[in-house]
Amino acid sequence: MTITIATKLTIIEALNQALATEMERDERVVILGEDVGKNGGVFRVTDGLQARFGESRVFDTPLAESGIIGTSIGLAINGLRPIPEIQFGGFLYVAMNQLVSQAARMRYRSGGRYSCPMVIRAPFGGGVRTPEMHSDSLEGVFMQTPGLKVVIPSNPYDAKGLLLAAIEDPDPVIFLENIKLYRSFKQEVPAERYTIPLSQAAIVQEGSDLSIIAYGAMVPMAQDAAKQIADETGASIEIIDLRTTWPMDEETIVASVMKTGRAIVSHEAPMAGGVGAEVVAIINENCLYSLLKPVARVTGFDTPFPTPGMEDYYMPNVSRLKKAILQTLED
Amino acid sequence: MQTVDMEAPYQILNPEGELIGPLPDGLSDKQLVEWYRMMWLIRFFSNKTVALQRQGRATTWGPLVGQEATAIGMAAPLLSQDWLAGSYRDSGAYMVKGYPMAALFYYTRGFHTPPEVIGPDVRCLPYQIVIGTQMLHSVGLAMAAKIKGEDSVVVAGCGDGATSEGDFNEALNFAGVYKAPVVLVVVNNGWAISMPRHKQSAAKYLAMRGPGFGMPGRLVDGNDIFAMYAVMKDSIDQARSGGGPTLVEAITYRLGAHTTADDPTRYRPKEEADYWEHRDPTKRFRTFLMKRGLLDEASERDIIEAAETEVNEQARIAYEAAIPGPDGFFHNLYASLPPRLERQRQGLLKEYSLQGEGR
Repeated sequence: MTITIATKLTIIEALNQALATEMERDERVVILGEDVGKNGGVFRVTDGLQARFGESRVFDTPLAESGIIGTSIGLAINGLRPIPEIQFGGFLYVAMNQLVSQAARMRYRSGGRYSCPMVIRAPFGGGVRTPEMHSDSLEGVFMQTPGLKVVIPSNPYDAKGLLLAAIEDPDPVIFLENIKLYRSFKQEVPAERYTIPLSQAAIVQEGSDLSIIAYGAMVPMAQDAAKQIADETGASIEIIDLRTTWPMDEETIVASVMKTGRAIVSHEAPMAGGVGAEVVAIINENCLYSLLKPVARVTGFDTPFPTPGMEDYYMPNVSRLKKAILQTLED
Repeated sequence: MQTVDMEAPYQILNPEGELIGPLPDGLSDKQLVEWYRMMWLIRFFSNKTVALQRQGRATTWGPLVGQEATAIGMAAPLLSQDWLAGSYRDSGAYMVKGYPMAALFYYTRGFHTPPEVIGPDVRCLPYQIVIGTQMLHSVGLAMAAKIKGEDSVVVAGCGDGATSEGDFNEALNFAGVYKAPVVLVVVNNGWAISMPRHKQSAAKYLAMRGPGFGMPGRLVDGNDIFAMYAVMKDSIDQARSGGGPTLVEAITYRLGAHTTADDPTRYRPKEEADYWEHRDPTKRFRTFLMKRGLLDEASERDIIEAAETEVNEQARIAYEAAIPGPDGFFHNLYASLPPRLERQRQGLLKEYSLQGEGR
């Protein structure tokens, strides 16, 4: 492998680099969505790509989410690798039929003759005061939509490697990008192409007393909380970044909780029936006799994601997580 | 831009079987007789599926009797590199495109049709269930053809009810914006289950939607096989030569029920069906062929008997083809089955005391 100099990049820049890398390498890759062309996307993830690769490979679409996904299905069946952008995750609901009944089932319905290799990118999540209905976290919804995969990176290095793996994947992948993390920190990202396998969690830090299962913006928050708890109590906390929420890496979760006997799962999406509930069920099925305490969930509330003025009350935060950690650590 | 005569549907052969316009170029006598045969194949196929449903062997089925001319005209001008994506009532057009009748029968047995039953890829998407959805897929297929510089055209079919869906209108908009090589066909059969066409939209004709999205709208008598073919051939040629999309509205009539689960006498006056019986597409085409000396009662009897025999043979093929095991719904869900789903699949097979197939 050629070793090139890694540059410090934000998630935005890492995603942009991944898209450019793959467009250079694979002429089937096309990018479409609202304002993705000259404007480079409202968050600039596709900045400069239209100028570099032309208007037939990076093109603006009419303002219609179902239209974007529906036409991407046709593009994919007819041999291209579309990467549609939905401008905000909250607008994915508009395209639900095309995603769930169509893209996710084309391989199945056609007995394997046609497929929809495509990556649906969408910025999502709270914490940056977007207008209402922009910030919803839909990964819980996308656990009951067989045929789709859902990827949520938590850092620039993973963002690039996961996006490249998602583009390469033969099935439709929903790639959710936490808006709050977009520019919040930089990390060394190698210039060369590399992939991170989907459905493979990362152990962000090892620990022996408690496992935190998180993804996306909850990962840096968990690191912060774990460090504070370690400083205050000396407890050793393991943090697992799921990276792919569906199909998720059950083995890593199970191995960790068998070891620690205590677990917390954290996400920004509502609590009911989502990723957290599934993680708890997996732990219940596999680790019940290793558990020392009930598994805690630190999540959003079972309410709509609130208006910008209210979002700080809604969002899971370090103090909520620390409180759950301390409770779960108690004998 | 070509505008449309929105006063009356384009017609070449009137219901009395008289030519009132120019015959399309390049049609051989043999081709015309073949179309007549195809009309009966479609009709017998539809009736056979209804019969199989009544016997409890086929699932709920949407008959297309009365729409044979539209079905043939929609697909007849397509070439092998072209695509077709229609609704569940466009199965006749699928057969014209080369999709085997046995594969259609197989689906109504209650299973997705695998490539083994379909045979070579004839570029027909699995027919659509969610109304209007396929129009966007068709536009996407056409956009890809254009991006790749391929010489292929897409025909998309939907019903009159579908024009109320957002996806239908988004498809027209995308097709217009990207000048996609696609022909969007509204098979207006007068009814969306119990909803008459005039309550579906206040527009006099649905084809009027075309100019609103920057493309021609063309209105055609869908029970006139020549008019239907001529309009489709022209629109497909235009798309192929870079002239962009067309919206075609074919006026036809669903002589039967919406599906085998529907009773149209609840909502449809008998006089209306009688009127459309008179406009049955097979009748006027038959009159034309007889007058031309291309058909007589003996040759017609042969055609009809042979068509019925072929339909029964295709049904036999479908009903003798292998069906999936209990784990069939795990197949082709993903390119490779995630471990969790593989465990579920194995559990299901165990429940039925079967070994895994390793598929």
